[in-house]
Amino acid sequence: MTTATEAGKPEKIALLKVLGPVHVWALGVGIVLVGEYMGWNFSVAKGGAYGALIACWVIGLLYTCVAMIDSEVTSTVAAAGGQYTQAKHIIGPLMAFNVGLYLVMAYTMLEAADALVVGDLLKAVAAQYGAELDPRPFVVLTIAFLAWLNYRGVFMTLTVNFVITAFAVIAILVLFFSTAGVGGGESLLRHSELLTDLPYGWIGVLASLQFGMWYYLGIEGTCQAAEEVRSAGRSIPLGTMGGMITLLVAASLTWYMCTGLIPWEYLGQATTPLYDAARLTGSVQLEVTLFIGTMFAAIASANGCINDASRAWFSMARDRYMPQWFGAVHPRYRTPYRSILFLIPIAVSFAFTGLLDQVITFSILSGLLGYTFMSFNIVRFRRLWPLGSIERGYVHPYHPLPAIVLGLLCSATYFATYLGYGTSLLSIMAFYILASLWFVVRRYPYVKRGEQFTMPWPRPKGY
Amino acid sequence: MAKVYQPPVQKGFGQFIDSMVLLVLVYLSLLAPLVLGGTASEAEADIADTAATWQALEQNETMQAQWEKLGYTPETAEPIVTKKFHYEVEPVSLGITVAVIVAYFFFMLKVSDREYREVINERFGPRGRTEA
Repeated sequence: MTTATEAGKPEKIALLKVLGPVHVWALGVGIVLVGEYMGWNFSVAKGGAYGALIACWVIGLLYTCVAMIDSEVTSTVAAAGGQYTQAKHIIGPLMAFNVGLYLVMAYTMLEAADALVVGDLLKAVAAQYGAELDPRPFVVLTIAFLAWLNYRGVFMTLTVNFVITAFAVIAILVLFFSTAGVGGGESLLRHSELLTDLPYGWIGVLASLQFGMWYYLGIEGTCQAAEEVRSAGRSIPLGTMGGMITLLVAASLTWYMCTGLIPWEYLGQATTPLYDAARLTGSVQLEVTLFIGTMFAAIASANGCINDASRAWFSMARDRYMPQWFGAVHPRYRTPYRSILFLIPIAVSFAFTGLLDQVITFSILSGLLGYTFMSFNIVRFRRLWPLGSIERGYVHPYHPLPAIVLGLLCSATYFATYLGYGTSLLSIMAFYILASLWFVVRRYPYVKRGEQFTMPWPRPKGY
Repeated sequence: MAKVYQPPVQKGFGQFIDSMVLLVLVYLSLLAPLVLGGTASEAEADIADTAATWQALEQNETMQAQWEKLGYTPETAEPIVTKKFHYEVEPVSLGITVAVIVAYFFFMLKVSDREYREVINERFGPRGRTEA
């Protein structure tokens, strides 16, 4: 952490504790909700409309396990870096380095995809009215504006996220009530004529699990706010579980509306399916509402991703896992400003690689590796510090069932990734293996050993 | 208390190089599937050669109406409708993938455990002594 000098005395500067449960909800749902507006529908292409619904619920179960486990560990290990800090205290430095990288890569690449959605949507709407638009300046502008917001302070960043995320959730509800015939009007949904059997059988359903992750990818990002919430024990479980409930409802409604309005083959490749669903209703008001909803969802997601990726990078730098220079806190705004600024050009470059498939797969797989870590992390956490040995903010029920279910569903999703992106899967694993070797040989010598353990806990059992 | 490890101080240039190394690794892994010839399309089957009519594309009246509202004709919809995935499980490649993932986690847990013992011993002192 950096220091500021006042009257010749060095003073430690920490992140501000200003956030409440609403901000945690806004951070989690804000990152993820864009997955309802785009991305989830690629699971329709992989396994058909029913395959996507099964993926929605099966992956929903995976994320419910993630939220339960995360709520317990994060409410106890309340520090910036989220799962990275958990890994540092429970598994060890190399695992922590990898978890930090999963977070940085998953969020920075998701941020790039979000900014591309903003650009593509503007281009599509311009094309509808006969104009031609270059989306690239809008991609850069979006990332630059959000970086500035993040630079200036976390409270304003996540308050803005709350407002625009709430609008995006309401837009989904408005579309549902307008199309489903709830409350008297005629239903516009035509499931009986548009739904088909599973086009690839059950193997297609398995394959669709990979993109089913888009319904919820990033909800675990709530943990990154742990050091900036006023009460971690209350805010993190409340914000995370509330976010998960919001997403389960929003995901099911999204599937229901889109499959009742759009032929599955089109839906499986659509860039902005909810906006397309609104177009099909013939209502200009709905079209405008869903246009704004899609824009807000993508902006909220990119905003949350900048917040989370920078916290993870900052935390690793503070512990010297990465160069220490990035571990500075802004003396006035109390944000990890160097980490925020460093990751911006990287996100822009990911957006312009032309390798969107690989970038998205990298993001999803990084998330998946992180969830795999959580399944054995919680088992070890309970073993090293049994219930009652340390104060926990929240204790999740039915342990170890959520950990076992999480491990099994992660394995199924690796298989789904193998089916669609086998070579990408291996090349991404090669990246993490090489990065791990590099850490052991090059970075670990810079790490202060005893300082890695900062929690006021007793010695772990068995060590 | 155990002997406290004092890490070396890294200079600015070294920090810059370390940041770049990681970035280079990321870009290489993004490009690798292109170079190795396996991308997202690896799972896609050949496009069927069908005549461009809604009937040939097996689209019922409701589907046709929705396609048309979206601005599509049978000709423009054809490449989308006929695009199919081909899921193939090759035991060798699946075995390699499983082995890589398992080996990765095994290596990481093994090395992490060794490093974790160093952390705990320095923080709490050698085992059997008074806790910090």
